[in-house]
Parts: sequence; structure tokens; C-alpha cells
Amino acid sequence: MKLQMQTALKSKPEIIPTTSRLTGRDKWDHFLARCRYRRMSHIVSPGLYSLGSPGPESQIFVSANYTLSFDALRSSLEGIDCYILVLNTYGINVWCAAGKGTFGTEEVIERIELTELKNLVKNKVLILPQLGAPGVCSQEVERRTGFKVEFGPVRARDIKHYLTNGKATPEMRKVNFDIKDRAILIPVELIGLAPYILVLSILFYFISGFWSALAIAAIGISGAVFFPLLLPFLPTKDFTSKGLVLGVVTSIPFAYQSIAWSDEILTYNAISAIAWILLISPWVAYIALNFTGSTTFTSRTGVRREIFRYIPILAVIFISGLILSVLLGIGSYLGWF
Amino acid sequence: MAKSSSCACGESLNTLIYDPELCINCGLCSSVCPHGVFTEGDGKAVLSKYEECMECGACQINCPVGAIHVESGVGCAAAMIRAALLRRNEVTCGDAACCGPIK
Repeated sequence: MKLQMQTALKSKPEIIPTTSRLTGRDKWDHFLARCRYRRMSHIVSPGLYSLGSPGPESQIFVSANYTLSFDALRSSLEGIDCYILVLNTYGINVWCAAGKGTFGTEEVIERIELTELKNLVKNKVLILPQLGAPGVCSQEVERRTGFKVEFGPVRARDIKHYLTNGKATPEMRKVNFDIKDRAILIPVELIGLAPYILVLSILFYFISGFWSALAIAAIGISGAVFFPLLLPFLPTKDFTSKGLVLGVVTSIPFAYQSIAWSDEILTYNAISAIAWILLISPWVAYIALNFTGSTTFTSRTGVRREIFRYIPILAVIFISGLILSVLLGIGSYLGWF
Repeated sequence: MAKSSSCACGESLNTLIYDPELCINCGLCSSVCPHGVFTEGDGKAVLSKYEECMECGACQINCPVGAIHVESGVGCAAAMIRAALLRRNEVTCGDAACCGPIK
């Protein structure tokens, strides 16, 4: 019998051994992923992995083939002998892949078949991350494969607690977006904006001088660094108006310098201060609007409403700022001030 | 039957519709929801935080009796703006280069 099992195992698809320990190389990969370096290439091979020495009754966890997802799972399973079924989500995290259906019913079923999981284990329960639920219909998986789907906690670090309790507490079932979750997004946001900031600030340095170049940098840093950090502390409810508030704050030093550090006439300075505010604030708001996609909070209905409500307003604010700037230029040329 | 709260401006907050008549109290919706929109009740799931729904669709796809309907979508602002400007159909964030292919 034992011999039979072994021969059978040989012809089976490979089971890849893994550990719960993260090496320096893994951490370096996480660092690069967090810096948006080759963002589609943080991939593990889809398939069946064994952690420790699992047997037929061992638990089976399911994950995405994004290194951050897979590593979060395996590093939370220290001391547990189990299997990990890694789906092909094209290097995308569980939540985003579930939203698109790549972490989905069909892929779970196909991966069960490809790995011949059924012949390997007696345990017929798969534990999926809760955030995979938007893509996976648990009844369908059970009906077609015989494997029951259980949704574990949102965060891999709660898994041990989940296993001892036999169920997830309401707290484990909810997504947070605390300061750490928000801060970790900063490099990705900043590096995404960096090329624009760089090119535009050089361009504006030559067109309209130091302060315009600085304003471009301020918009980028405000939107990519301060917006995520200050998100819950900004007044108002939706992202764009929060961004607009932050944008006005960002523009204040620019408005101030045009009044305080300039020896021109008062009217000119006052108009120029207003122009700074009108030119800077809508762009911070626009970056803020786009940040909705980095969260697990905004619905499509909500984002659409924000777009239709605010994009025209932001455009009007910015164009007013442009008109003021042009008028200032023409005015000082014609000697109005 | 349909619960559709509105915000002050008269627009619906989201597209979530729940029919408690159909509910068999399996508890799945409250265990898959990442925002505690559904909670377990006596005999039926309770839609307790309608306004927190972000339309991920986990409850709908897992409800065995079709008691929940929601128009789920990725809600990528950049893609939606592009679609609005070009008057094209909205694509989600993964169309090609961004986040891998769509299934």
C-alpha cells in the first residue's frame, strides 16, 4: 500500500516544498515590490506547495502567485504542516485579482485538477483568504470538485488564531486602513508620479522659474505622501474634496511668498496669490481622486459620482487660475499695475 | 424588498439590493463582507451597514439563493475618467499592462 502510494506520487504533478521562513532575498523582493520596481514580476509559480510535512488530513490554504501574498501566508503558518495551493493570478494580489476574476472560481477548480489534489488528500476543505471572496463562488467550487471552501480571515497574521478558534471574529473579517497600511503605499504612489514631477518641474523651471518648479514637486509630494498619511484627519467625506482641502493648504506657502517676498504692487500680489491657490489645489485633489483605487473602501458607484461631481469643478478652478496668470502677465506687460 | 438608501443629493449610495424574503441564513454574506455590511441575525442575515458597501460583490457571488444583488466593479478612477473622456466603454484597471489580464 505504501509502495503504491509512492509510485502514484511519482507520476503526480510536482509538490513544491516551501518554508514559513522569509529569507533576506524574500524581503528584498518585498522591498522592490513596494517600490513599484518591475511590478508585474513578483511572481511565484502556481501549483501545490508543501509546508513542513503535511499528510492526507492536513489543512489546505489557497493563495495568489504574488510574492507579497504568498509570503504573507506562509510566514503566518510557522509550525503548521499544511499544503498551499497557489493560483495563477498573474502576479496580482488576492483582492485585486478577485475583483478581476483571476483569483476566481474557474481558476480554483482548474488548479485543483491540475495538481490532482483530490488524490493527494482526504481533507476536503480549502481555506481561502476572505479577500478572495469577490472572485470565488464557494458553492460552485464544492459542486464541481467536492472541496468545501472556507473563507479564512482577511489578514494572514490572524490565521493561527482563526485555526484555534475554528472561526474568524468580526474584527478579523474587516479590512482596516491604518497608518501602516497607508504609509506602505507611499513609495508606490511617489515613484508612479516621479517621472511627471521631474519632467514638469524642469520644464516649469525654465518657463516660469523656481517657484513653479517647486509647486510641481509640492503637488506630487502632497498627493503621494501627505494625502495617504492624513486621509482620516482631513475634513469632508470623499477623497476629492479631502484632496482639495489638502491642496489649498499646500498652496498657502506659494500664495504667501508672492505677497510677502515680492516688492510688486499689492493688487498684483493679491491676484498672484489667488492664482497660486487655484493652480495648485485641483491637482492635489486629482491625485487624491485617483488614490481611491488603492483602497478597499470606495465603491464604483462612489468613484463615478466623485468623478462626475468634481472633475468639472477642478477643471474650472484650474482654468480660472490659468486665466488669472495670463491676465497678470498681460497686465504687467501693459503696465496695469 | 429593495433597500436603497439615499444621500442628501438624492443619489443612491451604492447598488446593493438585499431581499430578506429569500435569505436562508447560511451566514456566508456576513463572513465574506470586509466591511461588516451584513451581520448574522435570528433566522435571517441583517443588512446593518448599507452605507459601508463598496460593491466588491463577494456577498452576491457567494449567496446560494440569489438574495443579494450588487453591481460590482473595480472602480479605477483613471480608467473611468479615460472612458468618460474618450466616450468609450469603461475598462477596469487590468485591461492590459496594468494588473494582468481579465478572466
